[in-house]
Amino acid sequence: MLSNYIKIAWKVLLRNPFYTFITLFGISFTLLILLVLSAFLDHMFGSHYPEQQRFRTLYIPSITLRDSSRTSTMKGPMSYKFLKKNLSALGGIEAYGISSLFRTTNAYVGSKRIKMMVKYADSGFWRVTDFELLEGKLFNESDIDRGQHIAVITEKVRDEYFGPGESVVGKPIEFNGLKYRIVGMVKGSPVTHPYTYADIVLPYNSPKSEYESDSKNGAYIGIIRARSARDFPSIQREFEHLTQRGLKFPFEESGMKVAHLEAKALPFLTGFIYEFFQSESTEIFFTVVSLFMLLFMALPAINLINLNISRIIERSSEISIRKAFGAPSKTILWQFVIENVFVTSLGALIALVFAQIILSIFNSSGLIPYAVLSVNYTVFGIGLLLALVFGLMSGVVPAWRMSKLKPAEALKGA
Amino acid sequence: MIKLSGIEKVYRTSSIETLALDNINVDIQKGEFVSIMGPSGCGKSTLLNIMGLLDEPSKGEVTINERQLKGYKDKELARIRNQEIGFIFQSFHLINDLSVLDNVEIPLLYRPGSGSKRRELAKEALEKVGLSNRMKHFPTQLSGGQKQRVAIARAIVGRPSLILADEPTGNLDSNMGNEILNILLQLNQEGSTIIMVTHDENMAKRTNRLIRLFDGRQVF
Repeated sequence: MLSNYIKIAWKVLLRNPFYTFITLFGISFTLLILLVLSAFLDHMFGSHYPEQQRFRTLYIPSITLRDSSRTSTMKGPMSYKFLKKNLSALGGIEAYGISSLFRTTNAYVGSKRIKMMVKYADSGFWRVTDFELLEGKLFNESDIDRGQHIAVITEKVRDEYFGPGESVVGKPIEFNGLKYRIVGMVKGSPVTHPYTYADIVLPYNSPKSEYESDSKNGAYIGIIRARSARDFPSIQREFEHLTQRGLKFPFEESGMKVAHLEAKALPFLTGFIYEFFQSESTEIFFTVVSLFMLLFMALPAINLINLNISRIIERSSEISIRKAFGAPSKTILWQFVIENVFVTSLGALIALVFAQIILSIFNSSGLIPYAVLSVNYTVFGIGLLLALVFGLMSGVVPAWRMSKLKPAEALKGA
Repeated sequence: MIKLSGIEKVYRTSSIETLALDNINVDIQKGEFVSIMGPSGCGKSTLLNIMGLLDEPSKGEVTINERQLKGYKDKELARIRNQEIGFIFQSFHLINDLSVLDNVEIPLLYRPGSGSKRRELAKEALEKVGLSNRMKHFPTQLSGGQKQRVAIARAIVGRPSLILADEPTGNLDSNMGNEILNILLQLNQEGSTIIMVTHDENMAKRTNRLIRLFDGRQVF
């Protein structure tokens, strides 16, 4: 019986290619957009190279300083010293790292200018991230203490500065009028991961790093790797407590009398939302994304409902024949359920194939270097489920009404 | 075999009430070949639909094989239609998207049995109506007479005891019509009870008995 239903479903699809195209296009295009969009969101906010442990990582991207009336606010990255003082006192964590945000610099090979992003970091930076070491080593505390001019570069710098496939460890690289000895090479981080993105990572005590500033404001951010996400609340409380320790309000900072200081350690997504909405609730984000996705799915769903209704009315003859020859109403209903599942699954399969193709083209295009976008199968599952629900609702309701008709009435119209 | 007692059928709309059948009493024995005749709109097809459980009477009782069917649920009526009744329609009512063989298989889909058994029975039915060479064709590739033979094969594939034919030759020329009637006569001789709605006196004469209707009433 199942093969008979699928055969019919297939024939119905072939009977009117334009209808079929619209139906399948509606389902597959919607799912495709959802998959590609969610792949981007997942890439932006999920745990991916070199931040595979984001789920147990807290970020301290900024400090907010306010005056007593809260009319003036200063917000931005922190000084190395401020972060060092507070993070080093933090207990119960696996590791912490301090690094600057990336800055642009230029290096020259002959007359060729190479634009590079430079980051200053402590040795903890390598412990709170998961960079893949391709050659040499990552600098450690003793390397930093020795105050050497050393650098860890990415493949991109290797390829542009030295040439693809060249060995780089021990070789010098010159920029900003200074020479650095390369100690290691790592696979780079995509630009979409701003806290780890850089082409060259230098020790925090390298020249021009501004690590000695006594201000609260600066150029650095902190990363904390917890043993488990369960530890987040206690770490966050302790960190906030530490940031207030020993402060005598008001104090002077860049010409402002600071009466309130706020620095929060937040999970990546929460931190992102906090920057925009001043709220730590991720519910807003998920509500906005879910609403957008639902709205996006609503249009093709309505279209699908219309198409299904006309398709089923068109098939009243078949329904009545089946009823005349002994198909109970429930069996007729099942037939349409199976057909809808078949058509929706076909649309979903097309969407999945195209999403894989688009993402693999994107990944290999180098549009965002080092970005590896992949299909999120949870989103695919939810999208498929929603498509099935819409498909079933749109197909089954008119089919149910048709199946309830007396066969004689249905045959009259056939 | 089938007994109708005091059958009345009223069609109602918001403003009009039409009495399509009025006090019909019919008793058809097993193995009979009965014709129903009457002018257009006299209620022949309505009567046949009630006999075939495709429609419900407004009043009266239908008894098939000693079972009085008042109050039977959709599922039970569907099972009786499936196992005990075969239909042949004037406009064939074949599913154009399915092959001849798949069309003939339809009644067997709604009863237990393997796919191979279904195929075997459908092939046998097609052989019986002389269409075994058209099994893989689609209805749109067949002539009217061939389509009606497919419809007959579909009606007999489940070996029902009762065959209801609603003007089976109405859309066919006289040669084709005779061919179809001969097949029905053959089936009757093999034991099937057949009730046929027709406009053709000559065809009706070849059956065992004639029921005449006029304005929804039985005339003798």
